[in-house]
Amino acid sequence: MDEVDMELEKAFQSKIDAELKIEPKDWMPDAYRKTLVRQMSQHAHSEVVGMLPEGNWLTRAPSLKRKAILMAKIQDEGGHGLYLYSAAETLGVSRDEMYEQLHSGKAKYSSIFNYPTLNWADIGAIGWLVDGAAITNQIALCRCSYGPYARAMVKVCKEESFHQRQGYEIMMNMSNGTKEQKEMAQDAINRWWWPALMMFGPHDKNSDHTSQSMTWKIKRTSNDELRQRFVDATVPQADYLGLTVPDDKLAWNEETQSYDWGEIDWDEFRNVVAGNGLCNRERLQTRRDAHDGGKWVRDAALAYAEKQKKRMADKAA
Amino acid sequence: MNDNEILFEYLLRLGDNCAILGQRLAEWCGKAPVLEEELALMNVGLDLVGQARLLLDYAGKVEGAGRDEDQLAFFRDTQEWRNFLLIEQPNGDFAKTMARQMIFDCFQYLQFEALTASKDKTLSEIAAKSLKEITYHRRHSSNWVIRLGDGTDESHAKMQAAIDELWGFIPEMFDMDAVEDAMVAAGIGTDVSVLRARWDDMINSILTEATLQRPEDTWSVRGSREGKHSEHLGFLLAEMQFLPRAYPDAKW
Ligand SMILES: [Fe+2]
Ligand SMILES: [Fe+2]
Repeated sequence: MDEVDMELEKAFQSKIDAELKIEPKDWMPDAYRKTLVRQMSQHAHSEVVGMLPEGNWLTRAPSLKRKAILMAKIQDEGGHGLYLYSAAETLGVSRDEMYEQLHSGKAKYSSIFNYPTLNWADIGAIGWLVDGAAITNQIALCRCSYGPYARAMVKVCKEESFHQRQGYEIMMNMSNGTKEQKEMAQDAINRWWWPALMMFGPHDKNSDHTSQSMTWKIKRTSNDELRQRFVDATVPQADYLGLTVPDDKLAWNEETQSYDWGEIDWDEFRNVVAGNGLCNRERLQTRRDAHDGGKWVRDAALAYAEKQKKRMADKAA
Repeated sequence: MNDNEILFEYLLRLGDNCAILGQRLAEWCGKAPVLEEELALMNVGLDLVGQARLLLDYAGKVEGAGRDEDQLAFFRDTQEWRNFLLIEQPNGDFAKTMARQMIFDCFQYLQFEALTASKDKTLSEIAAKSLKEITYHRRHSSNWVIRLGDGTDESHAKMQAAIDELWGFIPEMFDMDAVEDAMVAAGIGTDVSVLRARWDDMINSILTEATLQRPEDTWSVRGSREGKHSEHLGFLLAEMQFLPRAYPDAKW
């Protein structure tokens, strides 16, 4: 690093230390930009891929009201994808490049969406647990040092908490419902609990990105701390539903005033991240098919816009 | 049929179009050609499901047999549905979905515009509320018909094929029968046969701008008013109605 860069980097870090936001036109280290592009595009991809497991039940929603609520939620998630792609574009990467990375498997998305939705309670469990875990992460991100990301998160968080309430309401109806509905609800928490905890990422001691991201204030709270926050908030909600959290080590700890709990199956975590979960291939293929299959539509829109532009120019001439 | 039975039947005709088209649009989830369109299709579908809820809820009240919107949506078989044949046709490619949508949006716009003057206050209120949504739907679908028609050679061919494929489903939408006549006479309904001329103007100007050929009126199919549907509707209903049918005692 030459002297100029060192000066710039020092100024950059002192700005961050002073809790000032970094804006797109500001100087930033390459690695900061790269980390953000990786994280923000991954986040955007998660919103978009996340539409698929919920979409799986959209045509089978059990009432018109539930169908309408789910359509609105899925629409929100697509909207989050849009804000996030736009926010990432401020860092000089195009949406097409980000898609290309998703479709080639180079970019990741949240592994939670590689699990299948098998019964209607899964839609409740996703809202309650997955959106719940996402909020826990995203509230921390509202104070992220990169201005466009932080602002996108403020917008997103408001809608996510709405989703979480609606998901919980489905769980409430199911766990107070018929015997079969209760079974569906318990089955859903059995399958979604651990994957939801995995959403917070590896333990701090094993996380490659954590310490640098903390210095840059991209990340403000560690994975383990966020995960514990989520467990502490969510276990009482499960109790209230009368559902059993699938963890026999789970116990209230008077001393720490929080829950002790078991251990994540990290082999499963790595396996799904590596692309070998039940739905990884299918999810990615669905996205590729939509994108490739839609090319003629995007080409047509572009061709039409060009023609219109030319017509306007001819008219003006 | 007594007056209530006629009104009930009329409301089903209005509401079923919305319910089935909303369901068809829901099938697009995750498969749209571009993210912005993912949102737009969900948005239109959501409006339609909302309209279906208002109309079927009201239909249930008029019927007075204790059926609510969900009993009407989830516990009727193919023969009891009153949506147009056009509406239940499979999505096909994006051109076909947009062609179907544009044909219906233009129709529904004119129909609901007239229904805002209905003597039935509940119906006129539903029509007025929906008309704002339909205004957007119509703009959205006709823009796509124009864009694809006047886009590339490929998109032009696809859009022309879609229009040709759906053309024979159109005449049914403008048919009058005893129920429609009675509703017009009561000042509740609107004479759809009179709407045809304005609908033709709308469609002609869209097709012209899209550089598309208006197909010859060489064929037409009918039957939805008597519950004679295409084979597609049964599968749509099987998917849509699965949960309430499998667990009839459950509340969701
Ligand atoms: Fe989201
Ligand atoms: Fe959400």
